Amino acid sequence: MSVTYIDAIRQAQEDLLRDDPRVFLYGQDIGTFGGAFKATKGLQEAFPGRVSDAPISEDAMIGLAVGAAIEGMRPIVEMQFADFSSIAFNQMVNQAATHFFRTGVPVPLVLRLPSGGTPGSGPFHSQSMESIYSHYPGLIVVTPATVADAYDMLIEAVSLDDPVVYCEHKFLYRWLKARSLRGDKLPIGKARITRPGKHATVVAYSAMVHEAVRAAEMLKVEGGWEIEVVDLRSVKPLDTDTVMASVARTGRLLAVGEAFPWGGVTAEVVARVVAEGFHLLDAPPQRLNALDTPVPYHPKLWAAHRPTPESIAGALRQLLSY
Amino acid sequence: MTGHAATATHAQGEVAEIRRLFRVMLTARLLESKLSSLYKAGQIVGGVYIGKGQEAVSGALGCALIKGTDIFAPLIRDQAGRTAFGEAMLDCTRSYLGSVRGPMRGRDGNVHRGRPLDGLPAMISHLGSSISLVAGMLYARRLKGTLKGVVGATSVGDGATSTGAFHEGLNMVAVERLPMVVVVTNNQFAYSTPTAQQFACEDLVDRARGYGVAGHSVDGTDMFACQKVMSAAVRAAREGKGPQMVVASLLRLSGHGEHDDASYVPDELKVAAGGGDSLEIGEKKLLSLGYITAGEIASWRSEIADEVQRAVAQAQQEDAPDPRVETWEALSSRHLIEGLHLKPAGAKKLEA
Repeated sequence: MSVTYIDAIRQAQEDLLRDDPRVFLYGQDIGTFGGAFKATKGLQEAFPGRVSDAPISEDAMIGLAVGAAIEGMRPIVEMQFADFSSIAFNQMVNQAATHFFRTGVPVPLVLRLPSGGTPGSGPFHSQSMESIYSHYPGLIVVTPATVADAYDMLIEAVSLDDPVVYCEHKFLYRWLKARSLRGDKLPIGKARITRPGKHATVVAYSAMVHEAVRAAEMLKVEGGWEIEVVDLRSVKPLDTDTVMASVARTGRLLAVGEAFPWGGVTAEVVARVVAEGFHLLDAPPQRLNALDTPVPYHPKLWAAHRPTPESIAGALRQLLSY
Repeated sequence: MTGHAATATHAQGEVAEIRRLFRVMLTARLLESKLSSLYKAGQIVGGVYIGKGQEAVSGALGCALIKGTDIFAPLIRDQAGRTAFGEAMLDCTRSYLGSVRGPMRGRDGNVHRGRPLDGLPAMISHLGSSISLVAGMLYARRLKGTLKGVVGATSVGDGATSTGAFHEGLNMVAVERLPMVVVVTNNQFAYSTPTAQQFACEDLVDRARGYGVAGHSVDGTDMFACQKVMSAAVRAAREGKGPQMVVASLLRLSGHGEHDDASYVPDELKVAAGGGDSLEIGEKKLLSLGYITAGEIASWRSEIADEVQRAVAQAQQEDAPDPRVETWEALSSRHLIEGLHLKPAGAKKLEA
């Protein structure tokens, strides 16, 4: 018996609906249909009136969630694809994110973003939006990479009084399995050492954690290198302490993200390490992101666009040879 | 109070209501005139945006709503509606004059003030976005089982009808059949852009039909008509007849803000039908019907002027926000605040 990443998301929502009368789900095709990825399968039937289909109105969907959150509810909005949240951007960054600072009234909504690329999905069903949302004050942005984190972090996201952008990776939905939902219960804001090492640190998040672990394995086999992999888990707040402690052990840093290369999470990680831990570094810290083009459609192009175990291993070899 | 019962035009209760609306309109006008003077004297922090000429529309909406029950999301020209809904005048003067004791504590100002927990959301500048927000507040009450008898209302202008947020919001309100009133005040200009460059339909109220929403039209310069139509729209929403859209027509009698002389407004529009001042027109009609006397108006003006003066004086005496005392926190979850701005490069820990 095993549970997948998408099972964890579905189960968390079922448990939240069961345990907290303030929770409701809102999104396109999430009712009878159970959602484009089946993250809400059976929930409308189990919780009548609390799981509703939304019109194709991403701006209004978040506007509704903000209003409901002001009134004390705990909405979870499913964006069908993270990419479409560009339409909801205004409500998220100007209405939800500013509300507590401006009025003192918090906005406890969770925006679920099915994120990241899968083969054949193309420019408009593949984007990673975590960096853009993290740029705005007033938002919490989480990027679970494991089955247990997918469950625990969604439960915790709903318990927080602030708006949370929950970036769930579509590639992990069915591919990633675990024996149970049980994890280490690390809270949002804490990174995890996924794989300990001593020669270099890879800081990654979401699906890239798994690619980084594969790259680390390749280098282990190849030359006995011990690569430490840090899973950020939440990109805002970003657990600088855990990253710094890892870099202090290894002296070398590679930050890996699936988002576009200009700015973003990996740039933030490098900037912080350089600013606060310059003396710890034995080599110039490196970043590896997707290429600076829209996410391509064809699986062969897509596989070359994003960081892969091979490209991460390549970047690590360079880092280790400095 | 003489002469109220002498006419057959309105029942006594209606006369009391119209007198209340007039007082609200007068209050908004005198308050905003003062704000405008203060702006010109350099006493205001930021801009001033007034609703001159729109007092009948806004005030009539506010008068039809019930504070403590209903939701009112005002926009830029809704001082009259705010006054009618029961917003304290000090909330206004404190916000404009930059007092730390205002509802936004200096973190936001002027027309962006609000008290969301009292049913008065604080507007953002992105037009049309309040429609879905109010929809969400109503939706929450439906889920909680407290929606019965509640109305949500918001104001937009002709310019906002061109936004995606307006379309998405109104459509959603209709789909969910929420008890909401959306008031579109067509004041012929969005900042400087005339309606001919804003929309191509004959009449904005025709759009209501397209959304499956009841539509109402009203002459925004006629306070009697405004009161009648707003009351009817709010009542219909309250009675479960679904969302209502009111299109009020008038001419904006100020600039977009007090920084704007509105020189782009052609003079002929000011003398054309619909170019009048709802307050002046209303005052004349009230006097001619004997619903109010010149003496009463004079004493109301004096009372309101005193109230405005007190609210301004108090706000002026109060402290401005102190950046050293400001917490600079954008999250209520304090343990998750990174406080990058408080954490200089090289520092190990954010001070507790």
